[in-house]
Amino acid sequence: MIAINNIHKVFNTGKANQVNAVNGITLQIKSEEFLVIVGSNGSGKTTLLNLVAGSVMPDSGTIIIDDNDLTKMADYKRSQWIARVFQNPMSGTASDLSILDNFRLAAIRTKPKGLSIGINDKFKQQVKDKIVALGMGLESKIEQPMGTLSGGQRQALTLLMSVMDSCKVLLLDEPTAALDPRSAEMVMRTADKLINDFKLTAILITHNLKDAYNYGTRIIQMREGLITNDLDKTQKATLKQNDLFDWFA
Amino acid sequence: MDFYLTALLQGLCFSALALGIYISMKIFNIPDITTNGSYTLGGAITGIMLTHHQSTYVILPIVIVAGGIAGALTGIITTKLRVNALLAGILVMTGLHSINLIIMGRSNLPLISTSSLFSMLNIAADPNHNTFWILSVFVIIITLMIGYLLKTDFGIAMRATGNSESMIRALGVDTDRMKITGLALANALTALSGYLIVQFQAFADINMGEAIVIIGLGSVIIAESFINWFSITNVWVILILVLIGAIIFQLVLAFTLAVGVDPNLLSLATSAFVLLIVSLPRLSFSKAS
Repeated sequence: MIAINNIHKVFNTGKANQVNAVNGITLQIKSEEFLVIVGSNGSGKTTLLNLVAGSVMPDSGTIIIDDNDLTKMADYKRSQWIARVFQNPMSGTASDLSILDNFRLAAIRTKPKGLSIGINDKFKQQVKDKIVALGMGLESKIEQPMGTLSGGQRQALTLLMSVMDSCKVLLLDEPTAALDPRSAEMVMRTADKLINDFKLTAILITHNLKDAYNYGTRIIQMREGLITNDLDKTQKATLKQNDLFDWFA
Repeated sequence: MDFYLTALLQGLCFSALALGIYISMKIFNIPDITTNGSYTLGGAITGIMLTHHQSTYVILPIVIVAGGIAGALTGIITTKLRVNALLAGILVMTGLHSINLIIMGRSNLPLISTSSLFSMLNIAADPNHNTFWILSVFVIIITLMIGYLLKTDFGIAMRATGNSESMIRALGVDTDRMKITGLALANALTALSGYLIVQFQAFADINMGEAIVIIGLGSVIIAESFINWFSITNVWVILILVLIGAIIFQLVLAFTLAVGVDPNLLSLATSAFVLLIVSLPRLSFSKAS
């Protein structure tokens, strides 16, 4: 489904602060696989995710999703297949816009944003029905600006927004890093449920080894721009949480 | 009283400009100085075409397109060439000064015996009242169009572009193209103010755009004070407040002159007034904390 082939990315080429972020990674991610990526800071995880999302362009190598070559495609065009949840809750939603406006944009992620008014009573009901499932009582606040919500609420809504329109790949870049433990757990459970319900292919970057252990159907570890460990579903099932800590020893 | 009526009419002429600044500054978060040039551009085109006996209805779409091109240029320079938006605006504004001189052929064009938007239609007997009604209809139509636009899917995407660029790109919007379109729209509106004011004052002048951006900014900032005080999110109310801001701004200037402030000090008074409105909410806030 996602085929990453011998991909390289170097920042500040030739300068003293040159960083070889991704050093020739080849990775096949199957349809409906939930891949967890762990690794220390600077191991190239986020760069790899940004390469898939298109916010960083590779120096060499190819990225293919479902037979579509995305290697040189701009990030906003890749939104046809890819939805994202960012580390910073501010990045995934527009604070000054109402929850409803945010959901409207998400509902037409793969379509052109035209000169017709898309928010009507039917759409409002549709959004409310989705938000009810979170059990946060936000369905009565859909006219409120997104900025009035907490980080956890915003991340949960960003997750919901990603499945408002057809979505094949969900990229989660440390979605709980800015949240308190309780909100973090709620966001991870919501993510897991959506990935299962909507049969999404997902990539999760996390520093939380408990999440890495509890969630996902495959886990890889990155170090210095390369994959150093790769466990599939059956191997991950036999993995113990302590083994994960040993990876970082 | 006529003094204040004139101020009201000027305020209506400037409401298109205020809406333009609202779009560039508040929606897109871009400080756009192209305004000074595109306003004069609208005025210059109107002036020269009226003296050549062109119909005001023919001039209108040309002014809108010309202003749009000026804004799009600033947009292209800042998005595609990655030049700071403020500098991009200054570059286009400076270039436009020459273009405007070429269009007008000289630095001042009096429009004594030419027809205008305000002489084409006769709704009221009194010329000032006539102007008032025509301007009102004009401003209402523009406001309805902008309000509708902001409500559409495209409009929501516009608002999101200035608010969270990473989010709107992830949702499939080419933010470069959106900013170029937004600046084109903002400057088309600004040029429209030039079109109106030239016909209202019956002359075009190469320096008419000097510091015009402050009028737009002042109007938007007045509106913003109300928006923040009452936590307004309704698009229609916001647009109406921007229009009211444009009118209040002119009335304050008229009042300043009426109480006998030296006209030479008007620019200084304008700056001081804008500074006052900007700082008022912060002053009261610092007391509260």
